[in-house]
Amino acid sequence: MKSSIVSEVKEKNGMKDRVIYHIKDKAIWAVFLAIVVGFSLASPRFLSSSNLFIIMRQVSMYGIASVGMMFVILTGGIDLSTGSVITIVNVVCAHLMVKMGFGMVSAVLVSLLLSVFIGLLNGFMVATIRMPAIIATFASQIVFAGCAYLLSGGVPIYGFDPRFKVIGQGYVKAVPVPVIIMSVCFAIGSFILNKTYFGRYFYAIGGNEEASKLSGIKVSSIKYLVYALSGLFAGLAGIVMLSRTNSAQPTAGNGYEFDVITCVVLGGVSVAGGYGKISNVIAGVLIIGVLTNGMVLLNVSTYMQMVVKGIVLALAVGFDCLQKKRALT
Amino acid sequence: MGENYVLQLKNIRKEYPGVTALKDVSLGVKPGEILALIGENGAGKSTLIKTCSGAVVPTSGKIVINGKEFSSMTPQLAAENGIAIIYQEFSSVRELSAAENLFLGNPIRRGILVDKKAMEREAEKAFAQLNIDINPKTLVGDLTVGYQQMIEIAKAVKQDAQVLIMDEPSAPLTSSEVESMFKVCQLLKSQGVSIIYISHRLDEVMYLSDRIVVLRDGEYIDTLITSETNVDELIRLMVGRDLKESYPPRDVKINSEEIVLELQNVSGNGTEDINLKVRKGEVLGLGGLVGAGRTELGQLIFGSAHKTSGKIIFKGKEINPKNPRQAIDLGIALVPEDRKRHGILAEISVKNNINMPIYKKISRMSVIQSKKEVENATTYQESLLIKTPTIHQSVKNLSGGNQQKVILGRWLAANSELIIFDEPTRGIDVGAKFEIYKLINSLVESGKTIILISSEMEELMGMSDRIIVLAEGRITGELQRDQFDQEAIMRLASRVQEA
Repeated sequence: MKSSIVSEVKEKNGMKDRVIYHIKDKAIWAVFLAIVVGFSLASPRFLSSSNLFIIMRQVSMYGIASVGMMFVILTGGIDLSTGSVITIVNVVCAHLMVKMGFGMVSAVLVSLLLSVFIGLLNGFMVATIRMPAIIATFASQIVFAGCAYLLSGGVPIYGFDPRFKVIGQGYVKAVPVPVIIMSVCFAIGSFILNKTYFGRYFYAIGGNEEASKLSGIKVSSIKYLVYALSGLFAGLAGIVMLSRTNSAQPTAGNGYEFDVITCVVLGGVSVAGGYGKISNVIAGVLIIGVLTNGMVLLNVSTYMQMVVKGIVLALAVGFDCLQKKRALT
Repeated sequence: MGENYVLQLKNIRKEYPGVTALKDVSLGVKPGEILALIGENGAGKSTLIKTCSGAVVPTSGKIVINGKEFSSMTPQLAAENGIAIIYQEFSSVRELSAAENLFLGNPIRRGILVDKKAMEREAEKAFAQLNIDINPKTLVGDLTVGYQQMIEIAKAVKQDAQVLIMDEPSAPLTSSEVESMFKVCQLLKSQGVSIIYISHRLDEVMYLSDRIVVLRDGEYIDTLITSETNVDELIRLMVGRDLKESYPPRDVKINSEEIVLELQNVSGNGTEDINLKVRKGEVLGLGGLVGAGRTELGQLIFGSAHKTSGKIIFKGKEINPKNPRQAIDLGIALVPEDRKRHGILAEISVKNNINMPIYKKISRMSVIQSKKEVENATTYQESLLIKTPTIHQSVKNLSGGNQQKVILGRWLAANSELIIFDEPTRGIDVGAKFEIYKLINSLVESGKTIILISSEMEELMGMSDRIIVLAEGRITGELQRDQFDQEAIMRLASRVQEA
């Protein structure tokens, strides 16, 4: 009969899909290793322990922000406001500490609240007003980049409590604090995705929003949640950055969202939503970190770095789309 | 057959893997006649006309237009040979004017510029020819559906169509619009244009057509001269099949004291003034033609659409579900018609699909209790006999019947008391169908209540304890089990008054 033939074919495709998925799962780590081997051959300094720590510290901000971005992309959305959230958190936190005499902890908390608020605003535009995510978050990107300039007057803010440096520059034993923060964020991300009920909802909504609604998921609430979390993780990345640079630049986070999106997509999270693993996003983050660092060591110009990163993004998304196309035919 | 036909379909056969949609159907259209094509849902009417437009390529058979033979068509070939089709959904561009739509893809030009004036003049002529009053400058989006359809017809006439095929043209129209559409049809007929008129409204067919072709289950049944037949004969031909499929027996345990669901004057979402009661342990069948408002009624009860007036009473309490979540929490479930789009979550596992509505309940401080999760999934995988290697398998790798069982498992896990099945066996093979029927039986035997929406007459009659028939959003009748009769249902569904 018709359906049994169809199911047989499906069964076969299923096998093939699973094989492709498994290859893809491992492939990302193979790519990472290949890049590491390549750079260590090209530059003797690359594998030195001090450079490896530099890489880890550099990627920590991408890593932190990528957790929230991953949630958003899983539900089929996108968050272009990440860079501006990082900037505004830099400026606001610095402003509170330097100009308004806030303590370190309260300044950080207020700035993080602000980042959650921006995420909720994105959630409101996407879930309630039903604006396309790409436009809604693009609008908040512009607005909050502007706000950062207005607040800072276009000049850097510096002169923090020396203890503030610990967040971005400190060490626990030999491990840099930002790397610890990133690891905790990944652990939280993994916990949310694998253990909590709303983590399941992220995948369901990205896979089939209509069917999710009909299974009783309150889709808009979950969208508010993912954008708020995306804001929060971006805000945290902003705090780490502020502490690392020890001054708030009004352009601190410009263009950050694209690197973060590249990390997530490179990590195999489907741009259409519904599929992705955090372990692979970690690989995506490491690849971007290693690429950037390696190219700097090899004296590749900034412009050439942009070219390479752009191509990497195109390849990652292209691979995802090709797979979808194959699954359809 | 003589050569006096504009369009002939000869032995058209269309096979899909495992299913034959058309079994050697032949028919011919004479110049200047209105030929009606009728049949139940799924009789093959739409597939047949799609072979004329090229949307469906027949497995075998010939299409003969003015003596020229074709084994398959393309949209261009159809247009060149004077065949025009007006689908239920119009292809006009709402943002353009009536005149621009008339010349869409083929505008009158002066050099590289579009000559708006000339198009408006020509459009005015074309409309006048059909006796329709449309200002060529009006945007199509501002016109009523009836006028939009007129523009489609004018477009066909302008392209010198000899045969106009209309698929359920009256469905979206008001009764006065239907009248003016009829006038245009008769005008075209007097100008020598042939019309194939597809409709399930038998009164219209009787009024308008010259001859009537009846299809049933993809087979040609008969051609009748309209003036020599009547509605009863048409209905008999449309439904006159032997009831051969058997349905599993069940212990009827209807508790007529306990009304699970009651609708009082409910309107909205395309339904009007619905009154009905469902008793505990009952399978209430909802019959009717496609578009009668059955799915829409199901959505109202499930909270995925909202009523504008009336009362929904569930287990003695008035309810007003704003979204599916609220309905689910009350104990109402919906197994939707379109399994792929509205039912399964294809990418994720059987386990996650089954637990989806209750994840929050089986979580402690937001953390899923994975033991309960696995227990649930295993319970329903075993009791519903879901065929899958493991509960961790993606649902997309399961067959249609097993996907349907996963959705059912979801609602059983959510402890639903009233389950609305919308076309539960569509696209499912015979063996799996029988299993679904047995499941429905065991559900009502265990005290659940079921509303069954089905376009398959046999299934509806075989499975229901009682059938309510809808037409155009209203209830047109109710039949008890001993009154079940294909012709009676068809008569109610096509709103033919008892003579």
